[in-house]
Amino acid sequence: MPQTFTYVFDTPVYKGTSSFSTGIFINGKFQDGSEGGYIDVINPTNGKVITKVSEGTAKDVDVAVEAAQKAFDTVWGLNCPGFERGKLLYKLSELMTAHADEFAALEALDNGKTFGWARKADIEAAIGSIRYYAGWADKIQGNTIETTKDKIAYTTHEPLGVVGQIIPWNFPLMMISWKLGPALAAGNTVILKPSEFTPLTALLMAQLTVEAGFPPGVVNIINGYGTTVGHALSHHMHVEKVAFTGSTLIGRKVLEAASKTNLKDVSLELGGKSPNIIFDDCDIEQAVNWTVHGIFWNHGQACCAGSRIFVHEKIYDDFLHRFTEKTKSLKIGDPFAADSYQGPQVSQQQYDRIMSYIDSGKEAGATVHLGGSRWGNEGYFIEPTIFTETKPDMRIVQEEIFGPVGVVIKFHDDDDVIRQANDTVYGLASAIFTKNIDRALKTSQRLRAGTTWINCANQLHAQIPFGGFKQSGIGRELGEYALQHYTAVKAVHINLGHEI
Amino acid sequence: MTGLQSSRLSLGGGGDFRGLGGLDAGFKLLLELSGVDGSGTVEELFVVGVGSPVITRDSEWVSCRQSQEQEEKAPTICTDTKQTTASPSGSSLPVMDRIATKMSDKFCRYPSTNSSVKDIDVAVAAAREAFRTTWGKNVTGIERGRLLNKLADLMERDAQVLGELECLNNGKPLKIARDFDVGDSVACLRYYAGWADKIVGQSIEIDSKTKFAFTKHDPIGVCAQIIPWNYPINMWAWKVAPALACGCTIVMKPSEFTPLTALKLSELIVEAGFPPGVINTIPSLGSVGGAALSSHKDVDKIAFTGSTVTGRKIMAAAAMSNLKKVSLELGGKSPHLVFESADLDQAANWVALGILYNTGQDCTAGSRVYVQDTIYDKFLQILIGKAKELVIGDGFDEKSGGGPVVSKVQYDKVWSYIESGKQEGAKLALGGVKRSGKGYFVDPTIFTDITPEMKIVKEEIFGPVLSVGKFSTEEEAIRLANDTTYGLGAGLHSSDANQCMRVSNALEAGTVWVNQYNLLYNNVPFGGKKQSGIGRELGSHALEEYTSVKAIQWNFGEKLDWPL
Repeated sequence: MPQTFTYVFDTPVYKGTSSFSTGIFINGKFQDGSEGGYIDVINPTNGKVITKVSEGTAKDVDVAVEAAQKAFDTVWGLNCPGFERGKLLYKLSELMTAHADEFAALEALDNGKTFGWARKADIEAAIGSIRYYAGWADKIQGNTIETTKDKIAYTTHEPLGVVGQIIPWNFPLMMISWKLGPALAAGNTVILKPSEFTPLTALLMAQLTVEAGFPPGVVNIINGYGTTVGHALSHHMHVEKVAFTGSTLIGRKVLEAASKTNLKDVSLELGGKSPNIIFDDCDIEQAVNWTVHGIFWNHGQACCAGSRIFVHEKIYDDFLHRFTEKTKSLKIGDPFAADSYQGPQVSQQQYDRIMSYIDSGKEAGATVHLGGSRWGNEGYFIEPTIFTETKPDMRIVQEEIFGPVGVVIKFHDDDDVIRQANDTVYGLASAIFTKNIDRALKTSQRLRAGTTWINCANQLHAQIPFGGFKQSGIGRELGEYALQHYTAVKAVHINLGHEI
Repeated sequence: MTGLQSSRLSLGGGGDFRGLGGLDAGFKLLLELSGVDGSGTVEELFVVGVGSPVITRDSEWVSCRQSQEQEEKAPTICTDTKQTTASPSGSSLPVMDRIATKMSDKFCRYPSTNSSVKDIDVAVAAAREAFRTTWGKNVTGIERGRLLNKLADLMERDAQVLGELECLNNGKPLKIARDFDVGDSVACLRYYAGWADKIVGQSIEIDSKTKFAFTKHDPIGVCAQIIPWNYPINMWAWKVAPALACGCTIVMKPSEFTPLTALKLSELIVEAGFPPGVINTIPSLGSVGGAALSSHKDVDKIAFTGSTVTGRKIMAAAAMSNLKKVSLELGGKSPHLVFESADLDQAANWVALGILYNTGQDCTAGSRVYVQDTIYDKFLQILIGKAKELVIGDGFDEKSGGGPVVSKVQYDKVWSYIESGKQEGAKLALGGVKRSGKGYFVDPTIFTDITPEMKIVKEEIFGPVLSVGKFSTEEEAIRLANDTTYGLGAGLHSSDANQCMRVSNALEAGTVWVNQYNLLYNNVPFGGKKQSGIGRELGSHALEEYTSVKAIQWNFGEKLDWPL
């Protein structure tokens, strides 16, 4: 039997006890991984082990697929009307609300993000997403299509079946909710693999799906590694779809696995190197505030982080000065301290990766304008870092760092900045700061990105689609658009008199 | 009174309305209990409101108000969502006593006021203020959805109380009121709660370099909603849910026959946390409150469910006042076709449900059944058997599948149709005999040997009275079915799929049921063709009735030369 994890939080911002099973969750039950392995869960604030969770492997994926298929064929999918699915999702959102503080504390413990941000951003968005898709469950409709009087035709939008969902560690519960919401609303059954770095909130969520009353097998959650569980899901012949959020590198592998196996449907939400454009006619104070949020929110661990900051030459010095001062004011520290803005990066691996990018920037001749070093003596803290004097071919300008590292780049005019902004293989997001709405709309039009924020940054709403152009992904999450990726359209032709 | 007692309700000589599960809690309504012996004389008067019930033996409402001070505290018919305020016309509160029960006793009355117009003005002003400040575009769809879900939770909690009130006031069986009327209404609120944050416009490409356009679906504004007495809670939910989801504010006029649940629901609106003025409830006569709303200059839209006669008046009032938007869900004389290939037993079940559900008081009632001549006799026998199986009785009795018709007026109207059917030569195959004793009971009545010009074939009866005709070909069936000014519902029973498609295509109705009847779903639109109405309720279509589309055209690059 898997162990129960019990943790007593006694912090300035949250006091309470959290307790749940650490097993893999298949067919409504927590169990040990079939190969008996465990994964250590590390507290990034101090590098110590919090607990260990059961490790699933390919064999467990097989069992889960079978359970999910059975649920799909008997109690879910076309066997459960939309309003029932909606009721269960709504119930789940209410249970999440009841556990909101606990979820936030677990994220702070496991991921290192601050309790305050986890609570007001991650958890609120997660609940909002589940509630939003609860409302869609009984509103999934096809068309009836006129052709000839001898025929009636209509479409039904049917669930795909068993879907695999692989999510990252940067917004663990939020990513679970973005994935589960549309998949369950549309009637699919799910096998979800959380990141091995941040498995905890997924386990509590699994428990809540039971409390909410989802039939066994509808939601299965398997902690494990990408090379085993992720690999098995991507290659599985009976998984109808894989939705993946993570790096472009792994996204390619998922797509390749689908192409070599059962041509499963794939949606990918991948990396970015999003431009953040500051025109000379912006409200500079607001632009600075949003830009700080754009790059440093969640310690830069956001796929849509505004990591390339383009500033018009006329206001470059002024902006850089203000931006630097604002960044200096960000308080780094314990995620459970009331005044912390930034906690540690999620893992040693990420810490090393970010530091290697900082080193590469230095080596390539860029100027470290601010930060650039480790913060404190334990845990994976990195100072907010600003590079200037970069060149377009530098790795810190081209590649996704996924840390609190921004590059500030000068531009001359609109054409220049559009060219530079679009000079990337990515196309996830972008931000534009100007008081001239004509300029904003024209720029928005010319940017090759799935989201353009005008006079704001890093804003996400359950109702608004999110996803990438170019190598930032395939498909869209959120909004009505996400439902397209969890349904298959069936056209039904009825012959009323056409004889042959 | 056995039925009432069995439901924990005591309306005996001592008159304790508190027996009605939880109803006592601040129910702001004048409740007048009349003679339980059927004498019709007023014996008890309750004022259940701010304080404890006031009981008086006086028979006149006015006499229990001793002073001007008390008058000012008089409960009101204008149930603002925050508080119950005194009726502007509180100085004289004539009493409406037209509420019927299954026992044909008056049990309750409430002030109708002969100056309801003033109350309407107050309510419209409150609704306008709320629209301008706390609702409409001032509140997000997420918040509107949250409040609607909360209201659904409260209705679910109070399902028993609401069911009992509906049973008491409308006469329909408690189990049906509680499980179907309330249950469906809860689901309706949840359905539209889900829509509140999904009302989207379009972005429209004009010229990518210079211009674009987008649409916003704005709430229409202050909406008047007038609902009938046949499904008081259901009709309330159908009207309120989409209007609130879209951000409209409401002045609701329930039927003067069945105002109780709308008032109880107004309490739940307050408890759910809707800002004051978002929903205002004014029980009133159609000729007073309904007329005032229809011709009101500051009402942006009126939604009405009821008779075609009244629907016309509302449309005329809109035409002559401020051209307010109108949606109408009116009467029907819905045809129900039974073809020879049908599963006759199943068809008979659906036909019985079609005409007898809610004692025929249903705008979609399948009141004209046409049966193919080859199976006519056999089907008729099965149908008569089915109709006989229905127990029409006390709504509080668990055995009852149907209750009385709603009122004396309705009872008299239904019987006048039955008499007219007899006089015009139709043959009674079942029913047609009045019960002795109290109550507005009408037993299932089936006429055969009908002709197209008979009143019972042409007009909406709104009672458990069915006309059965005969046809020989599909074409004839379609012709007979469509030979009506109405176009609300239609049903057909056949196991020939091609025939189902052909006939459903040919029937002129807003809803066609194939091998079923009378089932409604919150996500499937409902409304009438021809003179059965304008607009659609339910589904995403209802949202269109409560929004107006604004196109925003934005130039960000084109320079205009002048003069042209």
